Amino acid sequence: MTYIGDVGALARKDLLLELRAKETLPSMLLFVISALTIFHFALPAGTSDVAARGLLWSALVFTALLGLTRAFVAEREQGMFDALILTPCDRSAIWLAKSIAVLAFLAAAEVVALPAFAAFFHGLNGRTVAAVALADLGIVAVGTLFGAMAVAGRARELLLPLLFLPAAIPIVVGGVGGYLWFLVLYDAIFAVFAWGTFEYVVAEAA
Amino acid sequence: MKLPALTTVAFGAAVALIFFYAPTDADQGFSQRIFYFHVPIALTSYVCFGWGAWKALRYLRTRDERADLESYVAVHQGVVFGALTLVTGSIWARASWGVWWSWSENQLVLFLVLFLFYCAYFMLRYSVDAGPARMNMSAVYALFGVVLIPVSFLAIRLSQRFIHPVVFDSHAPSNMTGAQWLSFLVSLAAMLLLFATLYNVELAGKRIDAHLRELRELLGRRLDGGPQRAQAPALPAPERGPS
Amino acid sequence: MIRVHGLGKRFDDRRVFAGVDLDLADGLLLVTGPNGSGKTTLLRVLARLAAPSAGTLELPPRERIGYLGHSPNVYRELTALENLTLFARLYRVERERVGMLLERFGLWEVRNERVSTFSRGMQQRLGLCRALLHDPSLLVLDEPTNALDVQGLELLDAVLDEPRLHVVATHDATRFDARATERLVFA
Repeated sequence: MTYIGDVGALARKDLLLELRAKETLPSMLLFVISALTIFHFALPAGTSDVAARGLLWSALVFTALLGLTRAFVAEREQGMFDALILTPCDRSAIWLAKSIAVLAFLAAAEVVALPAFAAFFHGLNGRTVAAVALADLGIVAVGTLFGAMAVAGRARELLLPLLFLPAAIPIVVGGVGGYLWFLVLYDAIFAVFAWGTFEYVVAEAA
Repeated sequence: MKLPALTTVAFGAAVALIFFYAPTDADQGFSQRIFYFHVPIALTSYVCFGWGAWKALRYLRTRDERADLESYVAVHQGVVFGALTLVTGSIWARASWGVWWSWSENQLVLFLVLFLFYCAYFMLRYSVDAGPARMNMSAVYALFGVVLIPVSFLAIRLSQRFIHPVVFDSHAPSNMTGAQWLSFLVSLAAMLLLFATLYNVELAGKRIDAHLRELRELLGRRLDGGPQRAQAPALPAPERGPS
Repeated sequence: MIRVHGLGKRFDDRRVFAGVDLDLADGLLLVTGPNGSGKTTLLRVLARLAAPSAGTLELPPRERIGYLGHSPNVYRELTALENLTLFARLYRVERERVGMLLERFGLWEVRNERVSTFSRGMQQRLGLCRALLHDPSLLVLDEPTNALDVQGLELLDAVLDEPRLHVVATHDATRFDARATERLVFA
């Protein structure tokens, strides 16, 4: 119960920060719509649905990346990891709360992006929507873990895409192919992995 | 000194077997012999990544700096063998199908993904200051890699269903004869021995480096002095001296 | 409470400090030295934020440690009250204590204003509140006089007079000289 309470308090903090700063979500929204617009011009007329769907997945992964890059900026700039990891709260709660917050931003961006995609291109089917929902879980689970690594480095914004994109390839495969079971498998494996290893990423000493 | 000698012998034997003993493939001809290099190199690369992850786990358990270095060296060797896998695979694709790259070859695509993933390992290490934080992150990332290998492999297999209208004939021999097996296994042994040798050499080099640095610091400290301690109420001692 | 022996820290090829021995139960350990001499690194090790490279150490559990670093370690876009309420939750501390501390450090009137509107001195006060929230038995302060005005310095003095072990790093030793029970000078 304490654990859930901690996660709730931390996630609430992240949402509050975004509500005040209004940086991440507007950027993600504009980015995803711009990307879809570019894809319209990049695709020759009469392209198959599969090709359009592939571009949707690229847009979503890069949009998520944009949000993930910003995820730990407040913690980094104000030295908050120092304060957070000294509290008795489990370090994995920080990961879970941040994942929930990024998931909320990503879902909000997709609520706009998916109808826009349907309007711009050839419509959507239920399977794609389900795949997007499942893929989001894996994206934020892995992305938050790597995001915490990237902010510790000097390269920061540059580093996250390098760490994250190779690991996101299976998500794109599962999404484009509509293999829901595979996305569930990915989510489960890497959520457990990130949950178990996050404390090593943020805390130097035991 | 036994290991380098053994590696040389195994390598000589492997080359001799591959070029003079293994039968020439009926379909692909002489160029098929690169199979005896390509596949053992690929398998060795997996062994490197696996060993690196094992050492990473050891590091997270024991916080022993040596395990961090060992994990780093293993991943480094893995990337070297991984690059060789890509090169030999590309040559093979060129020789048998006339193209430098084939997305229908699962192993090759997987190595591209792994190569990208593990190159980022070095970016991570160079980006973070040396110390326990970097060791922790490197270890977590190296562990992530071995979990990602089977997941990516599965993903690439799945992707074949909707990405490739044209599938080339798989170019690994389907039914290997005894002679082929022998050449293959000796080559594999030679590659694994090569990894062990390179691993030891690089590790020894890094350790000598670290040792040298420690000696230099020790020497520097004799000249500079360390933090000085004073009991209250004495005033802090401003003068320097050996601690 | 702090018992360390042969404590050393190095970053790859750079030795920050070595051979630090300490045995402290209460009072104030004053760590002085010029910028870049390793004071902050030592404090981070003593606050369990950094792992040492050598030596043995006995420290209180992490939830008994209060730490205030160079930055006040509070969220700039949250209000003073929101910051402390979050940490009160994570430390399992009663909400009443938040109000008490805000009152004591003269921040009650501005509790609903964002930290980003605070002066540097007010932020430092809020950082002190955060570090004291769970009534730690070891309080580690890195340059705590940062931007504090006369009133703020008096509040800091009152904190240091309370019975617990304090570790203070500063480049200005005179201010804490009278209170120091132990000293460590970095060259």
